[in-house]
Amino acid sequence: MNSRVVVTGMGVVAPNGVGLNQYSQALRAGKSGIRHISVMEEYKFGCTVGGIPQGVDAIAEDYFTAEDLMAMNTSHRYGCIAAVDAWTDAGFERPSRDDDEVFWDAGAVIGSGIGGLDTAGERLIPFVDAGRVRRLGSTMVEQIMGSGVSARVAGLLALGNQVTANSSACSTGTEAIIEGYRQIQSGRARRMLCGGTEGSSHYQWAGFDAMRVLSRKYNDEPERASRPLSASAAGFVPSSGSGILLLENLEDAESRGARIYGEILGGNVNCGGHRRGGSMTAPNPDGVQMCIKRAVEESGIEKGEIDAINGHLTATGADSSEVFSWAKALEVSPEEFPLITSTKSMIGHALGAAGSLEVVACMLMLDGGFVHPSINCEDVHPNIEEFAGSIPQTVEEVPQLKTIIKAGFGFGDVNVCAVFRKWLNH
Amino acid sequence: MSREDVFQKVMEIIKPFVKNEDVFQQANESTNILQDLKVNSARLVDIILNFEDEFDVEVEDEDADSVNTVGDAVSLIMEKLAA
Repeated sequence: MNSRVVVTGMGVVAPNGVGLNQYSQALRAGKSGIRHISVMEEYKFGCTVGGIPQGVDAIAEDYFTAEDLMAMNTSHRYGCIAAVDAWTDAGFERPSRDDDEVFWDAGAVIGSGIGGLDTAGERLIPFVDAGRVRRLGSTMVEQIMGSGVSARVAGLLALGNQVTANSSACSTGTEAIIEGYRQIQSGRARRMLCGGTEGSSHYQWAGFDAMRVLSRKYNDEPERASRPLSASAAGFVPSSGSGILLLENLEDAESRGARIYGEILGGNVNCGGHRRGGSMTAPNPDGVQMCIKRAVEESGIEKGEIDAINGHLTATGADSSEVFSWAKALEVSPEEFPLITSTKSMIGHALGAAGSLEVVACMLMLDGGFVHPSINCEDVHPNIEEFAGSIPQTVEEVPQLKTIIKAGFGFGDVNVCAVFRKWLNH
Repeated sequence: MSREDVFQKVMEIIKPFVKNEDVFQQANESTNILQDLKVNSARLVDIILNFEDEFDVEVEDEDADSVNTVGDAVSLIMEKLAA
């Protein structure tokens, strides 16, 4: 029989708040973490605003040794702080380096969409091009390898189950959670640290700027720049950070009396095959809807039980079609449509970390009985005007909030969807 | 620069990589960097680079391979400084 999987710990490093308290307060208050990024202006980006978590280096110095820090770029720092916080938030102690015990039933799936380009841009490429390969030192590979962060977390926490990294563009963070959920559900692991991390680097964001998919019209008003669902949306705001969740099987969580944020009821991951309008950069709407439907089916709930949607909603032209896909997949009219909100309105689009930063938001909303505002859409896009009543402009207190559905869509026409339920049996 | 000065600087450079603090506190020239101080062998590369920066010398790979103890490092650097 499948194990039930619950969330018992979380860590978050977001542009509008580091740590669960700050993040939760920022979400409730509709606080933007988007700021002017001078290096983007210096290098003539069209978009000169972005999301960078604040005060991270000071925390990193508290959390990690000098030797660890030499091999930790921003993606590593965000991911490892969030992972350690998730572990301790769940009530586990951080093991000593000298303790030889390995947690064979605990693993990690921590992915990135891009990851490590600050290291590549600032050190690897300039040093190699200058013929100074030997001056790279020993810490290059571990900072640019795809599994670098999960590997580092394994060492920090003595993880002995599967430790790996996934990558599926902007659905990475949520996909990591589904991967860990399945690992526990099938009995292969008892706890898994899951989520995405994405570093802060203009090298990471340049390609998107060249595609003209980044917001350019609000460079003078950073906090208004990320405008999902809005008529004046003008592209997404690049961002960074990490959200990590500690997933655990229900029996273990209950037997040790853990605080349970919520249960993962089900999820689905698919690809639209780049057909029917789908492409490297656009989703096949059939794939999106199938992903949502299958996630709901696997969850064993009725569509009408869904209280809120945390959408992908990036502030591009795709927002309207996403809303229509939700309505079709859930078979609801605009009048019956659940509350829908975009965490990206406050934190921008953290690429591979976006999904898990947003799932942390989902769990905080379930736990706290609220739906955070989707800011900067006072002018709801005319295409989705009939859904305007479902978009909270300020925080909605929803004490009876029970079920949230979350989706993420990424380049490559990949989709992920997961259903979360508040833990009520305590 | 005296041998004692070089020794002190070498110890400072090695310090962040040391896993056995107790041995480090008592370390002398015959202390083995990997075996006694439990430095991760991959990080020897970084220690050598830091020697180069600190003492403004160049350490060839063959020279680096000959460094086992703190004293080996001190001797190598003294030799380079004298050259």
